[in-house]
Amino acid sequence: MTAFGKLIRTTAFRLTLVYLFLFALFAASLLGYFAWNTRRLITEQITTTVNAETGEVSDIFGRRGLRGLVNTIENRALRPGANLYLVTTPAGQAIAGNVGSLAPGVMATIGWSETAYRRLDEQDTADHHALVRVTELSSGFRLLIGRDLEERRRLFGIVANAAQWSVLIVVVLGLGGGIFVARRVLRRIDAMTGTTQRIMAGDLSGRLPVGRSGDELDRLAENLNAMLERIEALMMGLKEVSDNIAHDLKTPLTRLRNRAEEALAKSGSEAEYRNALERTIEESDGLIRTFNALLMIARAESGQARGNMDDFDAADVANGIHELYEPLAEDDGMTLHVRTESTPLHGNRELISQALANLVENAIKYGKPLAAAQPLGADAVAAASSKEILIEARRAGGQVLLSVTDHGPGIPQADRKHAVERFVRLEASRTQPGSGLGLSLASAVATLHGGELRLGDAHPGLTATLAIPALSGVGDGLAAQTHDVPQKVA
Amino acid sequence: MRLLIIEDDRESADYLVKAFREVGYVADLAGDGEEGLALADSGDYDVLVIDRMLPKRDGLSLIGSLREKGNRTPALILSALGQVDDRIKGLRAGGDDYLPKPYSFAELLARVEVLSRRHGGPAEETTYRVGDLELDRLSHRVARGKDELTLQPREFRLLEYLMKHAGQVVTRTMLLENVWDYHFDPQTNVIDVHISRLRSKIDKGFERPLLHTIRGAGYMIRDGIR
Repeated sequence: MTAFGKLIRTTAFRLTLVYLFLFALFAASLLGYFAWNTRRLITEQITTTVNAETGEVSDIFGRRGLRGLVNTIENRALRPGANLYLVTTPAGQAIAGNVGSLAPGVMATIGWSETAYRRLDEQDTADHHALVRVTELSSGFRLLIGRDLEERRRLFGIVANAAQWSVLIVVVLGLGGGIFVARRVLRRIDAMTGTTQRIMAGDLSGRLPVGRSGDELDRLAENLNAMLERIEALMMGLKEVSDNIAHDLKTPLTRLRNRAEEALAKSGSEAEYRNALERTIEESDGLIRTFNALLMIARAESGQARGNMDDFDAADVANGIHELYEPLAEDDGMTLHVRTESTPLHGNRELISQALANLVENAIKYGKPLAAAQPLGADAVAAASSKEILIEARRAGGQVLLSVTDHGPGIPQADRKHAVERFVRLEASRTQPGSGLGLSLASAVATLHGGELRLGDAHPGLTATLAIPALSGVGDGLAAQTHDVPQKVA
Repeated sequence: MRLLIIEDDRESADYLVKAFREVGYVADLAGDGEEGLALADSGDYDVLVIDRMLPKRDGLSLIGSLREKGNRTPALILSALGQVDDRIKGLRAGGDDYLPKPYSFAELLARVEVLSRRHGGPAEETTYRVGDLELDRLSHRVARGKDELTLQPREFRLLEYLMKHAGQVVTRTMLLENVWDYHFDPQTNVIDVHISRLRSKIDKGFERPLLHTIRGAGYMIRDGIR
């Protein structure tokens, strides 16, 4: 497509054409109306003058006879810029006036007519036009009085000229403006298209140019940029996941393979084979768990789990998880407490339970005070309290806070952001079993509900908090709100 | 016990048929959805094991049309889609249980046994008895011999579930699903701890243990040694 072809296909240009047509039509009809009215006015004026004069002259003829009439006509005909006068005998012979010739048959028609004429004293051969009235006087004499139409014609010419020019100017200015606007829009659209093509070619970091005017194109560009931002984040996440899968799934897979190979290579006893097989199953179970957790995180992060949201009490979730993990904590020499207040929440109950369970499992695994750092018998009370884990469900402002607090070594401020990432297992926890996905799942669940996972200091220890807006579920929020109102009324 | 396995992957299907036959089931095999529907409709099976993604007709629609025809044979859905909402979809479609792939055969077997029992078994009793252990579901009383046992509410529900399926293996996942109503996979041995608590209450101090650990599978409550 040529540049011009592209230009005239733009919406801006087409709109310009439409407006151009409308404005030209408007200008033309305005001037047409003006011209027509002017013409009518002039004609009216001529008619009035001619009628008055005809009345006057007929009067003179009635009072002073033919002589008086001829005298009056001759007098008037000699004035500068005089009207047209002609008096004829019943035989049709001209006896007074200033008209040299007329179109044939004019004198025969009583009443108004338009005619070409020539004055008596005129030398040129060009015809003039006049509006004339022919009246019959008594005894067959006819009187013609009329006025030249040159004035009317000139005026009409001026108006027609003005009409032509104004239409021409409207068209030229309109087309110019249209092309200017269209080219501006086209340039910006071309810039956008260029960027999108680059992005489609794989450069996800490209962003559309945003002007400063804040017009509709800028807003569109801003929105598209926000969308690109999100896509890039998702793509990065995906890449990160695949990198991590490559690393953290391949390691246990290699281990599994080595073990099978080793068992196969050396001819061992049945018990040895059995042992190797059992460890293989164990290892693959671990792999499956990791894989499931990854899928779950990916789903939560992509927002697919937004279905299955319902209303429930966060306190029930906290109590349920407490009930489930309390014996486990006790077996591990820790005490699990729960403190709840009724906090209604809209969300995915299963996912929130799992997120909280992960936090509790972490607290049980990593929340023990470091044995070496705790001098034996130094402070029995502190030692006892440091083995406590507290699950809390409460409401603060518009947020539901589900938190798990332990009194272990905690996570240093600098590491907290890092700790939430997938597969990250901080130095201190390397020796413990686990996939390193617990916190990232909790974080993904919080994000899914429009909230966040906060890691704080419990002096000493870690407080991990799922902070979720009370009316959660992005998009479901409104539904829940409207749903809430009649309940309050009832 | 007659079983119909509807699974399109030849290798896993053969493995299942062989494994079920080894534990004494009569297991038939269908390779796609249409064949599966025809067989399930004509044969008298105790349990159907249905893969969710099948050629010709997917597992959920197969169950749907069976149920429409009034066929109430318990159906267990096997699926690579293991998320909570997939499970809910599967159960809504008329499935009786849902097991995400990959699964262990022990887990599948335990679930199939529970399903077959549910289908043919007697109506819900108000009192469960295993040996000298007695659980009254109405008054929430538990007694072993002459000794009255005091159980926490959750321990009661745990024991109730175990006794309802006395003589059958119940897996940890089944317990987590049915007693706690959680469908996620805890990374720790949280269920084992609950079981050992329960065991210390019902078996401690008695000569014959009733609550047995079945290695590689789960737990079983029964009178006598396996």
